Amino acid sequence: MALLETRGLTISFGGLMAVANVDLHLEPGELVGLIGPNGAGKTTIFNLLTGVYHPTRGEIIFNGRSLVGLKPYQITQRGIARTFQNIRLFGELHVLDNIRIAYHWHSRYRVIDAVLRLPSYHRGEAEILSRSKELMRIFKLESYQNEKAKNLPYGEQRRLEIARALAARPRLLLLDEPAAGMNPQETKELMALINWVRQEFDLTILLIEHDMSLVMGICERIYVLDYGQVIAEGPPEAIRNNERVIEAYLGQEVNGVAPQGGKS
Amino acid sequence: MAGFLQQVINGLSLGSIYALIALGYTMVYGIIQLINFAHGDILMVGAYIGFFAVVYLKLNIWWAFIIAMAGASLLGVIIERVAYKPLRNAPRLAALITAIGMSLLLENGGLMILGTDIRSYPVGTITNKQLPLSFLGIQLTATTLQLLILAVTVVMMIILQYIVHYTWTGKAMRAVSYDRDAARLMGINVDETISVTFALGSAFAAVAGILLGLYYNTIQPLMGIMPGLKAFVAAVIGGIGLIPGAMLGGFALGVFETMVSGYWSSKMRDPIVFILLILILLLKPAGLLGRNNTEKV
Amino acid sequence: MTKVQFSRKNFFALAGALLVYFIIASLLSTGMISKFQEINLMMLGINIILAVSLNLIVGFTGQLALGHAGFMAVGAYVAAVLTLKLHQPFLLAIIAGAVAAAIAGLIIGLPTLRLKGDYLAIATLGFGEIIKGLANNINYIGGAAGMIGIPRLTNWTWVYLMMVVTIIVTVNFINSTHGRACIAIRENEIAAETMGINTTYYKVLAFAMGAFFAGIAGALYAHYFYLIQPTTFTFFRSFDILVMVVFGGLGSITGSIIAAAGITITNAALQDLAVLRMVIYALLLIVIMVFRPQGLMGTGEFTLDRWMPKRGEAGGSAGN
Ligand SMILES: Nc1ncnc2c1ncn2[C@@H]1O[C@H](COP(=O)(O)OP(=O)(O)OP(=O)(O)O)[C@@H](O)[C@H]1O
Ligand SMILES: [Mg+2]
Repeated sequence: MALLETRGLTISFGGLMAVANVDLHLEPGELVGLIGPNGAGKTTIFNLLTGVYHPTRGEIIFNGRSLVGLKPYQITQRGIARTFQNIRLFGELHVLDNIRIAYHWHSRYRVIDAVLRLPSYHRGEAEILSRSKELMRIFKLESYQNEKAKNLPYGEQRRLEIARALAARPRLLLLDEPAAGMNPQETKELMALINWVRQEFDLTILLIEHDMSLVMGICERIYVLDYGQVIAEGPPEAIRNNERVIEAYLGQEVNGVAPQGGKS
Repeated sequence: MAGFLQQVINGLSLGSIYALIALGYTMVYGIIQLINFAHGDILMVGAYIGFFAVVYLKLNIWWAFIIAMAGASLLGVIIERVAYKPLRNAPRLAALITAIGMSLLLENGGLMILGTDIRSYPVGTITNKQLPLSFLGIQLTATTLQLLILAVTVVMMIILQYIVHYTWTGKAMRAVSYDRDAARLMGINVDETISVTFALGSAFAAVAGILLGLYYNTIQPLMGIMPGLKAFVAAVIGGIGLIPGAMLGGFALGVFETMVSGYWSSKMRDPIVFILLILILLLKPAGLLGRNNTEKV
Repeated sequence: MTKVQFSRKNFFALAGALLVYFIIASLLSTGMISKFQEINLMMLGINIILAVSLNLIVGFTGQLALGHAGFMAVGAYVAAVLTLKLHQPFLLAIIAGAVAAAIAGLIIGLPTLRLKGDYLAIATLGFGEIIKGLANNINYIGGAAGMIGIPRLTNWTWVYLMMVVTIIVTVNFINSTHGRACIAIRENEIAAETMGINTTYYKVLAFAMGAFFAGIAGALYAHYFYLIQPTTFTFFRSFDILVMVVFGGLGSITGSIIAAAGITITNAALQDLAVLRMVIYALLLIVIMVFRPQGLMGTGEFTLDRWMPKRGEAGGSAGN
């Protein structure tokens, strides 16, 4: 059974159809790419999947149940977490707190336990702390533990976003241009990390990325979006040689998409 | 029916004054996203300048309007330059507190300098007569003052529409409120445009101040608080940042308020106005004329 | 290790709190504190309760509320009705006032907290005016004349106890996953929501908790000054509390306490200047905001840790 399926997913802003009749299909454990030129509607799809926007039409089925009409927090609690293209960390808070906040909905103690500092509070906090530290270790953020998130270097901020999303313990992870602004070395490390995390946490991943080498390199399947519509779908090799994809990207310098571009 | 139409007439004249005040709020909010709490107190200063022009300079009411507008504009510009400009990039709350601080300063400064005395414009500042009106055969009355208020308001609104839509300054104002940085890149002097906006808004407040002084026949240092707050409510009801919204909101609130006092109880007037405000915010958060946009994420 | 550090810190805090209480209590009983000073002492405690509780809403949860005096009014009137008209004990009156204020917080919070920023500010300001206006119209609670002859049941012990309770509850709440959820909303509401936080729930919770303590402050106020009127709870009072919160730093409890104390004392010291005092207050406000818009403490806290030999692993402290 598919983990995620959309049928005829559509949203329009005023007259603009930002996403039009999109059918996505993700099997558990897949790592799928979502590419397309600027303004194609990729981020908007993420916003629809996470309940930030409400579709004008269409269905979103996750794990056998519809997500349409749910609030973002409910969707997260169903098992979808995301990162943001324009980083949205809790800037004034420490790295540790950024991660701890995402553990929030797993914590079991109540407000009254916290106010009265009952044992369940201490137990709950200790658990959140140890799990958060584990994530910081995996994402090599330990040295920044008491740094404000907004003061982190760009690449670390992107990593922290992923770590924070994982703290919500999702089954499906949506990554919106996680390598944006990173240098090739960092990008390469990030790719390895994403792959490793997928195995380790048993995740399904949907990845938006402009860096074609990254997408082609790690995704098993790719959806190509243009003007809100899916114009191609398939494994990297097929996408690379797809006429419509080349057309959509025509005039844009995209390494690795044009057939003569070769492998990069 | 006659009673109802009479209330409408009364409401429209009060509403005109609200609309004039609301315009200033809305223009300032549109351009720097600040609730200029001192706006109601600029109104008070305008009313006093007009008063002194009439009483001590023995000028007629038209000159009083002009001098009050000039004085209030200057005050508005100074307030913006001294207190608001340094906070343009500070947290919103800091600017809001400064605006309320400025309001307190004008109110208490006014109390200190002018005392708590209630003054009124001398008899004969304007000729105030009852005028019989006939509407579809129904006999009504309006005072010359009510007509004056309405006429002045309409003229001011036409002038404002002209400035905003047909002059270079107006275009600059619209550009800055749409996107300040883009406007700057287009070569618009942003600081100057903001100053002009404050000057215009304050001039409108001064006119409203004098009209209010004539309408209630009293002026005192705290006279701007309630009308200021009400006019702000009017601006929000119409859609804050929108000039037509302020006009609509002002008139609507004036009529509504008069109806509540007339048909229910004048003691219920203020709470009902605020209940209306909250209802409108809930049903149409962007105001009657505003459009609700999805925030881009 | 951590545990030891913890209890030591708590011990110092407790000892300090008791010490302050007894010193002031004995000064009061020996008459070394004048009547005028006593009034301001009570106001100081009440203002601290108000500032800390508003900080929970504005500073930690990031919801700009301008109607705190409205909640205070609800607490004051309900408590006064209980003691004056229904002859109930003071503790019950305080609790009823607080609960009523919290319910008012729920009623106003549920619909309006969808609004953001300035719109919420206006809605809450409107709410304050509505409460005032309603009090004006209800004859049972005296209408415009207000309620007179409320028994003076508030004393230093009550004020201090309630103040300490407010501070402890707020601090414990903030340094928990629930408090962090509130802070996350302040930092980035959309991110908070996509991290699984029910933002509406936490906004309303913060609002209701803040209102609850404001209700306590109102009850204490009513039972110290004999008299409450609709005009006791104006927009200006709401604003005054907001100023304490902003001066102290949004999201700094110690900042709120220091600022509430500072402003109350300054106010008292300038009492004789009458209207000039307000002019000075307004000028100071503008000058401080222009030169230090982030408040005195920023979001930092003034903690005992600074004097502790070693920095313990802080169990919470999201802001520090
Ligand atoms: N809230 C909104 N209101 C109006 N239009 C919107 C909104 N959100 C997105 N759009 C429009 O939808 C279209 C798709 O935008 P989207 O951000 O999804 O593109 P994208 O594929 O992520 O592009 P990029 O690669 O630049 O990130 C754009 O034209 C955008 O302006
Ligand atoms: Mg995008």
